[in-house]
Amino acid sequence: MKTGKLLATAILSAALLMSCSDDDDIPEEVHEEEVITTLIATLTPQGQGTEITLESQDLDGDGPNDPVVTVSGPLAAGVVYDGSIKLWNETEDPAEDITEEVEEEDLEHQFFYTVGSGLDVSVAYANFDTAGDNLGTEFTLTAGAASSGALTFTLRHEPTKPNTGLEDAGGGTDITVTFDVSVE
Amino acid sequence: MHKYILWILLCSSISAISQNCDSSLSGAVIDLHDDSNLGGATIIVTDTGQAVVTDFDGNFIISNLCDATYIVEVSHPYCETTAFKVKVSGNTRKNLKLEHHLEELNQITVLGKAYSVKSKTILENTLTQQELERYSSGTLGDALNSLSGVSSLNTGNTVVKPMINGLHSSRVAIINNGVRMQDQEWGSEHAPNIDINSVSNLTVIKGAAALQYSGDAVGGVIVAEALKVPVKDSLYGKTLFTGASNGRGTSTTSQLTKSYQTGWFTTVQGTLKRFGDFEAPDYNLSNTGMFERSMSINVGFNRFSYGFEAYYSLFKNEIGILRASHLGGVWDLVRAIESDKPLIIKDFTYTINVPRQDVTHHLARLKGFKNFEGVGKLSLQYDYQQNERLEYDVRRGDDKYKPAMDLQLDTHSLLLDLDTQPNDELNVKSGITANYQKNFPDPNTGVRRLIPDYKKYGLGTYLIATYKWNDALLLEAGGRYDFTYMDVYKYYRTSFWESRNYDERYPELVIEEGSYEVLTHPELYFNNVSATVGATYALGEKHKVYFNYSMASRAPNPAELFSEGLHHSAARIELGDLSFHSEIGHKISMTLERHHEKFSFSIQPFVNKVDGFIVLEPVDVNFTLSGSFSVWEYRQTDAQLLGVDVDASYAFSSDFRFNHQFSLVKGYDRTLDIPLIHMPPVNTTNEIVYQSQEPNKLRLSLQSVYAFRQNEYPNNNFEVYVPELGETKVVDVSTPPDAYHLLNFNSSIAVKATEKSTLTVGVSVTNVMDTSYRNYLNRLRYYADDLGRNFLLNLKLNY
Repeated sequence: MKTGKLLATAILSAALLMSCSDDDDIPEEVHEEEVITTLIATLTPQGQGTEITLESQDLDGDGPNDPVVTVSGPLAAGVVYDGSIKLWNETEDPAEDITEEVEEEDLEHQFFYTVGSGLDVSVAYANFDTAGDNLGTEFTLTAGAASSGALTFTLRHEPTKPNTGLEDAGGGTDITVTFDVSVE
Repeated sequence: MHKYILWILLCSSISAISQNCDSSLSGAVIDLHDDSNLGGATIIVTDTGQAVVTDFDGNFIISNLCDATYIVEVSHPYCETTAFKVKVSGNTRKNLKLEHHLEELNQITVLGKAYSVKSKTILENTLTQQELERYSSGTLGDALNSLSGVSSLNTGNTVVKPMINGLHSSRVAIINNGVRMQDQEWGSEHAPNIDINSVSNLTVIKGAAALQYSGDAVGGVIVAEALKVPVKDSLYGKTLFTGASNGRGTSTTSQLTKSYQTGWFTTVQGTLKRFGDFEAPDYNLSNTGMFERSMSINVGFNRFSYGFEAYYSLFKNEIGILRASHLGGVWDLVRAIESDKPLIIKDFTYTINVPRQDVTHHLARLKGFKNFEGVGKLSLQYDYQQNERLEYDVRRGDDKYKPAMDLQLDTHSLLLDLDTQPNDELNVKSGITANYQKNFPDPNTGVRRLIPDYKKYGLGTYLIATYKWNDALLLEAGGRYDFTYMDVYKYYRTSFWESRNYDERYPELVIEEGSYEVLTHPELYFNNVSATVGATYALGEKHKVYFNYSMASRAPNPAELFSEGLHHSAARIELGDLSFHSEIGHKISMTLERHHEKFSFSIQPFVNKVDGFIVLEPVDVNFTLSGSFSVWEYRQTDAQLLGVDVDASYAFSSDFRFNHQFSLVKGYDRTLDIPLIHMPPVNTTNEIVYQSQEPNKLRLSLQSVYAFRQNEYPNNNFEVYVPELGETKVVDVSTPPDAYHLLNFNSSIAVKATEKSTLTVGVSVTNVMDTSYRNYLNRLRYYADDLGRNFLLNLKLNY
């Protein structure tokens, strides 16, 4: 008898629980907050000359589409450029400036510049973290003789600081973007 | 409690005594189990004090009773004294049933409770409480690993996912106290959410024969059962403490049971485990600590003819994932594979940083059963599970302390089972199940959902019959049908939706188009049929042959259907497929078993052919701003697995024993004719055990584990251009690590602590030689070595 009642209670409570499924709510869209869709490196010549922009944009993040890479024009031989790197998340409206976050967490980040074989340019750090080590969202680029090749920007998260370069920096790669540039 | 009820009943019945007092009560006292009559039982009418003793045939008659309700107390030397409420009106006849043979009853109850439908025609591999206690500080997967044919797919050393004959995740059903675990088991880096210390008996069935619980266990079934409570007045418990040098942590677990002769019982159990970073022989494995808290409580009332049980368990686990395993682009992967040390090594700490998993699992279960005479045992069970999984990743800025994944999975199930025994030879079990499941991925993570919002409705029915042909031959057959309906809402990236031609194939699913994403509403239906047939034949007293064929049919899981995005710990993009159909496995297994004190063995060969087997394999490289990632897609193919598990045990003397295990499994993709990934390499375990027959139960064992190198693997390597190096690199994600050999030592001795309590002290060392090795089945093998030497001190107090 007692078991019967208990069973009945169990069935009833189960039925109640099963029936109180909620209405069909359409889930809200997720705003991806950390994605970096766009890197723009602006090269402003010290003195006269044309400003050069290097841009890589990948609006679908890890989706199937490849980034769209544009280089506004060739570098001028012998010219020294002030460079600055801006990172954006353009899936947000308005686009979110990720550079600010990187600069706030400067001890945990560092940009590296890799100049491919054949390209005659040299790059030096122009800004530093609070410990005085390289940060590199700003840099100085010196264009040498006429040449062409790959220029790569790499952002490492939690690298060993100080370091001598990518080889002993460790950490994880947040960004790696390559531009085919030429010096004329 | 019960006595009060009796008194109340008694008082209320006295008031009824009045008029006509020449009625009588007659009948027989009968054994509830076999309906045999019990002679020599004493019957006392508590109101009047009248007492009679049943005759040889169990009959009795009590005269001069009034027309009223009486309490009669029946006692018998081999039975528990029981009170009955009897309404007398005129010459009343009533049979009084007693539960005969207290000791025997306990066993029957235990058997009845033990989920005896596991399978009668597949040899079950079982771990007893004693064996499980040796793994008290480890995980369920570690313990299962010690069985032949069972291995594990690990993520580090704390996420241990059991693998049966080469298959894992959704293909292995885990039944915890009669409840099918629903804990996002599809993810290969999700370990089962069960505290090993809450389990007192662990059984592995290498096939889909346990149709009562599931029809989709293509790989097999793991059944974890809690402690059985005897029907007698008793209070007992145990406390286990383990201290370990590797991880510099401890594990403490306690269990207390109170039981009453009336059938009531309560068991309370709790565990606390805390470990810091574990260590490989040469370096610290940064961020591999863990913090586990769990408890369970079981309250019930257990009789032969009816019973009721309420169970609740809470399992909470925080697990650090090796810091060096969280990667950016493919170059990080190349660097990690080429380096013989993890790329990030920090000093030892107990702090669990990112990446980490934080999982909470609630399980509540209500179950009642009643034995109906001539019909059988009817049970009804309702269970509710809530699994909350938070995964924290290496993130930047404001998101740093936010989980990157926040999933909540709620499951309600209802099971109605009938166990009947029409005659001595035939046993039929049947039932129906219904369940409802809801997954809620919290959008506040700021990361696209890996598993979409869905609701799943399931309905199933099964029938299993076992027939005892004669003393030697037992036949078993069963079938199950499951219907599943999934109601899903998912945002697809527009670029992915179009690249898959889903925009042409499934335009009707789109309900909203945004700038980067489309919102879709897929509704999926699956009909699955599963079946099993088998036989067991005894060849004399020592030998037995088992044969079983089982067909399992599994609906694709949400990860296989809907994955679409970056999986950081694997540095790869994983893509599911909306068009998948159910996977159907046909497994034939045979066993030759010899059971003897001196020399026993079992040989279990098997073949498992799986149609529509879902595999994940690399297809492409995708470029993003974070570098390039390899793209892995789920694909359906036909697979075939075959292998053999061997166990043998030989006793040199009453004290010395040699145990041997050997497992081999080969898996192939039959469509492409290539080996399957993550097949356990051939391995063999040999052990010498000294077990003293003295009261101190001194036990010493030395175990050797040898894992061969896996020589059959698919070549999933790919090439990628690394701009920083200015060259193209081959990313070797396929080559398995070398073979390895480990030695483990274990010892224990029992000391009488007080009159009623025993203290067992154990010392063990794992990886005695401090061997550096990497395990093919550890997903973090690219990044770091496995664990180094570990000293463990175990203290166990039984009271």
